[in-house]
Amino acid sequence: MSHLSIQLPGLELKNPIMPASGCFGFGKEYGKLYDLSKLGAIMIKATTVETRFGNPTPRVAETPAGMLNAIGLQNPGLEKVMKNELPYLEQFDVPIIANVAGTITEDYVEVADKISAAPNVKALELNISCPNVKHGGITFGTDPVIARELVEAVKKVSKVPVYVKLSPNVTDIVEIAKAVEAGGADGITMINTLIGMRLDERTGKPVIANGTGGLSGPAVKPVAIRMVYEVYKAVKIPIIGMGGVSNAQDVIEFMSAGASAVAVGTANFVDPFVCPKIIEELPEKLDRLGVKYVKEIIGRSHR
Amino acid sequence: MIQQERMIVVRQSEIAQHIFELTLQGQIVQDMAPGQFVHIRVSDSFEPLLRRPLSIANIDKEAGEATIIYRAEGRGTEILSTKQIGDEVDVLGPLGNGFPVDAAPEGGTVLLVGGGIGVPPLYELSKVLNARGIRTIQVFGFATEDVAFYEEQFSTLGDTHFVTVDGTNGTKGFVTDLLEELKPEFDLFYACGPLPMLRALERFYPEKPGYLSFEERMGCGIGACFACVCKTTEATDQDYVKVCSDGPVFPKGVIQL
Repeated sequence: MSHLSIQLPGLELKNPIMPASGCFGFGKEYGKLYDLSKLGAIMIKATTVETRFGNPTPRVAETPAGMLNAIGLQNPGLEKVMKNELPYLEQFDVPIIANVAGTITEDYVEVADKISAAPNVKALELNISCPNVKHGGITFGTDPVIARELVEAVKKVSKVPVYVKLSPNVTDIVEIAKAVEAGGADGITMINTLIGMRLDERTGKPVIANGTGGLSGPAVKPVAIRMVYEVYKAVKIPIIGMGGVSNAQDVIEFMSAGASAVAVGTANFVDPFVCPKIIEELPEKLDRLGVKYVKEIIGRSHR
Repeated sequence: MIQQERMIVVRQSEIAQHIFELTLQGQIVQDMAPGQFVHIRVSDSFEPLLRRPLSIANIDKEAGEATIIYRAEGRGTEILSTKQIGDEVDVLGPLGNGFPVDAAPEGGTVLLVGGGIGVPPLYELSKVLNARGIRTIQVFGFATEDVAFYEEQFSTLGDTHFVTVDGTNGTKGFVTDLLEELKPEFDLFYACGPLPMLRALERFYPEKPGYLSFEERMGCGIGACFACVCKTTEATDQDYVKVCSDGPVFPKGVIQL
């Protein structure tokens, strides 16, 4: 067994590092830069039943140690993802986690049913936390009863384990985490972006056309660590942690808080080679801690 | 092939008000073509976080040097303007698809139109075209004389006309005002500048083939983040294009203006 390998429901990870959904497209751009088989897994961009163009531009704005985005779930739609995007990724030895989004329960169920049948999709990530669409998304992620019902509905049709991506834009994230666990979720991924806003110096109006955007990057890491720490104590299902991960030290921090694996988001935009760099750095960081297997550090802050 | 490299600053100077000319040395230069851009991380810290997309003004493959000309107007470019000779800069590139130089007919004449900080990539393009024996007529617009640059450099390559909004250098007004007066004869045009200028050019020369280079707020610069998408016209079979990886240069009529 490799020192970096991690076993999770549906996922045999070579290492605990994966690009986060929305920060890696469907892999094609990064596939030109390095061998995607190096990655633990890939969380592909959110897929909806229909083709979506997303929000008007500007869609991104830089903030101190972070960025706001309001892309708005732009994607080619379920059919094209199945036909064009997933087959491309089959050439790599890497499990795919398909991010599933929609407006109503039936949308999630339809995408989950079909996309979970793709040979390289080993798990689903239910996106109940996108802050940038007017309907669906986050409305499922802020009410524990609705979140639980959605998980139950998707679990009935999915052929692979179902992870649920939680929003930090709630009063009590533990309550939502417990609800999705009770609904049968196999794991939790957290956190999605924090809703934020930036105003133009000159006009006083929002920089992003959508008004608000989701804050990501190093600025949100302490919030994410705190939430992973709390949720780890409250649920038995594994957590894939994310929020401002930029280097191997951040990975260790997330795993110490309770994450079994870690997703890298915004850092891919800053340095497209960041994921393989972290994978390369990780063994040395573990050596320094006197740790042989990376899984030993999961939740060590609670021991 | 997109590469990441720590390039070395070999020269930097302010050539007009807040306009800097920065020359970097590195391997990436060997892969550069006119109209492409580089994505520069101005600091090794998280502040500012994102890279800055900057067009390439001059490519010297023999010396392994590339020059970029940019306006220091925000946190990122202001930090970049403080880089000294010998400093290292984290560069990702070359990115995007440049100007299709083969589109210019042998022995023909092309019109180059630039506005403000959109002028720089046209310099390398002009050099390449002239080296191929293609004649260039060059029309550039600036807000005022203080922010105008490269008049001499362009003059050595072809007919060069400057326009300023306030009339402090050349004709007063916009590039289209001068074009109306000049009525240049040419086979095709290449342009880079603000959207109103590109829009005006499309309307001004409906019969001429042309290529436009676009600027848009970017995240990753490689096509993954979907920050820089633009809606396309009905003349294309795509719903949208990404300025960074599908462009930044597009044939006229592709992007909705």
